[in-house]
Amino acid sequence: MNMMSEAAVEKALDQKMNAVPFKMIGKDVSVYYGEKRALFDVNLNVRENTVTALIGPSGCGKSTFLRTLNRMNDTIDNCRVMGKITLDEDDIYDPSIDVVELRARVGMVFQKPNPFPKSIYENVSYGPKIHGLARSKADFDQIVEQSLQKAGLWNEVKDRLHEPGTGLSGGQQQRLCIARAVAVSPEVILMDEPCSALDPIATAKVEELIHELRTNFTIVIVTHSMQQAARVSQRTAMFHLGNLVEENDTDKMFTNPDDQRTQDYIMGRFG
Amino acid sequence: MNTSLILLLILIVGFAAYLAGRSRAIATSNGKLSVLHSLPGYHGTYAAICAIIPATIVLAVWAIAAPAYIDSAVRNALPQTVLSQGAATSELALGQVKSVANGLNLLDDAELAALNNGSANLRDVLAAKGVPLAGEGEAYMVKSAAQFNQMTATSRVLMAVVVLLISAAGAVFALRGISAPFRARNQVERVMLWTLMLASSIAILTTIGIVGSMLSEAIRFFNSVSPASFFFGTVWDPRFAAAGSEATQGQFGLLPLLAGTLYIAFVAMLFAVPIGLFAAIYMSEYARPGVRSIAKPLLEILAGIPTIVYGFFALVTVGPFLRDISAQLNGLVTGNYVSFIQAQSVLTAGIVMGIMLIPFVSSLSDDIITQVPRALRDGSLGLGATRSETIKKVVLPAALPGIVGALLLTASRAVGETMIVVLAAGVAARMQLNPFEAMTTVTVKIVNQLTGDLEFNSPQTLVAFALGITLFCITLCLNIYALYIVRKYREQYE
Repeated sequence: MNMMSEAAVEKALDQKMNAVPFKMIGKDVSVYYGEKRALFDVNLNVRENTVTALIGPSGCGKSTFLRTLNRMNDTIDNCRVMGKITLDEDDIYDPSIDVVELRARVGMVFQKPNPFPKSIYENVSYGPKIHGLARSKADFDQIVEQSLQKAGLWNEVKDRLHEPGTGLSGGQQQRLCIARAVAVSPEVILMDEPCSALDPIATAKVEELIHELRTNFTIVIVTHSMQQAARVSQRTAMFHLGNLVEENDTDKMFTNPDDQRTQDYIMGRFG
Repeated sequence: MNTSLILLLILIVGFAAYLAGRSRAIATSNGKLSVLHSLPGYHGTYAAICAIIPATIVLAVWAIAAPAYIDSAVRNALPQTVLSQGAATSELALGQVKSVANGLNLLDDAELAALNNGSANLRDVLAAKGVPLAGEGEAYMVKSAAQFNQMTATSRVLMAVVVLLISAAGAVFALRGISAPFRARNQVERVMLWTLMLASSIAILTTIGIVGSMLSEAIRFFNSVSPASFFFGTVWDPRFAAAGSEATQGQFGLLPLLAGTLYIAFVAMLFAVPIGLFAAIYMSEYARPGVRSIAKPLLEILAGIPTIVYGFFALVTVGPFLRDISAQLNGLVTGNYVSFIQAQSVLTAGIVMGIMLIPFVSSLSDDIITQVPRALRDGSLGLGATRSETIKKVVLPAALPGIVGALLLTASRAVGETMIVVLAAGVAARMQLNPFEAMTTVTVKIVNQLTGDLEFNSPQTLVAFALGITLFCITLCLNIYALYIVRKYREQYE
């Protein structure tokens, strides 16, 4: 079953990325931090069950755009967002939208692994508990096991679920954070440079995991590493100075980009 | 020449040495400053240091040692008849000699001559000059006083000469040492280091001195009262220190005082902890920067109010208010309008002390809550938790060890607090659990035992030192443990 859907996705990829429907649509998105404008009318759509990589030099607005997708920018005091972003038809900046519910649908994994100072089990069951996704102990056990399995961590931690999550290695912590996000059963997972604090081996594991998660989730990942973008994503969007420069199939982006600036960035001429 | 004038002269010599040192260094460099190891300013400073510091030290030692030496010399020269009457009498005589000496300085030659040939009364002559004398002056006193005056004058002159010579010698020594490779900069650095070390060691030595003096007095107390009956006694009844009545000793049981101290501190914490903690959470998590920048200092003003003012507040406002409202409540329920809360009670002292402690709890906890990394909050918010869920389930558990440390620090303040309990808690040393009645604390009893006309060798007063050292040990342990916890917590996130 799993094999089937993965094969289907691969096939869809092979045929034409453009056939995949949009999960999130960003229209004329602008972000201001106080007086400073950080994003300029970005139009970027995220396709379902696809890994979309956001690349670009530091300070180009890629993380800012990512954080508009689940309104994490709301937690920054003087930040304003203009434009329209929809998640399946729903305008996520509409006043009637419950931010808490939105963030349950659009989960997030951060740059630095940030497990809570609690046990591994409690870290994973945290989301389901506050959203009331399970009642009995057995249900929780099942969610925790499934989530850890999806994050490829189950075999490493199944014997020490009640030890603190902060005692794991950096790579394990990041996969724990992914399990924690997965446990809420979001539709979209946002990843903000999830491997920048990890060593190459842990990075490889997380990348492999991202690849597998694509079958169940829509993923948007910000990365500094062009190789990583090329390895894990199907679509790539290039930001520069708060503007979206180009958005394209990853293969095309890294072989024959439409925009000269993308070409230069990928060749390492700036950034 | 008096001491401050000498000090001024030393400073002038020092300043001159500075200027000379600088210009000499510049001259040595032949116009190329880069050949000097240290900049001319450092050479100048070094010369000034050599001129000032040794001379000042000698001045200080002289100013302390010389009077002591002169005293003992004059005392030994007193007539045998006085010396043979014991230390107290000779000390008294010495005091009189000193005031006579003081008076002699005001007399002119004619009056002096009259005194010396016995034609004038010493006491009357001095009284005319405004110098009172305790008793009738005796003949030997004029001689001793003259000796005293003469020695003092000699000492002054000698001191001025020696100190200024040392100052000049220091300056000359430093100036002759100036050369291009001389490391004046490093020398100045070393002097700085020693100055700073001196400052901090004074603070530490003072603490040690205080503890030492408390300890020695406490030991004197324990010589007359056994430690067991002090630490485990349940009755506090020190009696009065009646002169010569060694037999009627009071009972010095620490436990009722300790119970009162801890009970009142507990009630205070009961008020301060929730309010302070909630204020801290509001400040650190919810308040916008504008609100925070106003509200936080305002809250901290509470910490700046002198505790005696809180004491008034308890005595004049809170205590009577609680008494009256309890009478009303009692009347409504039972029809009998008798107040069941005394104006001076554990509750009154506890509430007011709690108000005093709120800013400590909130300010310390606020710092600790703000230290919880933003990443943890983002992680929780990113999973769709609300703010209060995030605070309850992530931020507070993460900050808990630090908050516990902060609360311990606050508790140690509550235990050592004096003025509020003196005015609001009462003086009855009892062991009981009713918060509406008066209890007393260790600090109140220290104040009580040391108030009034006392002789400082009876257990009734010495017990204050035993109480003091006990209190010191309690707060010290609380503080050390709290700092240990807070520090351990800090390391976790650094």
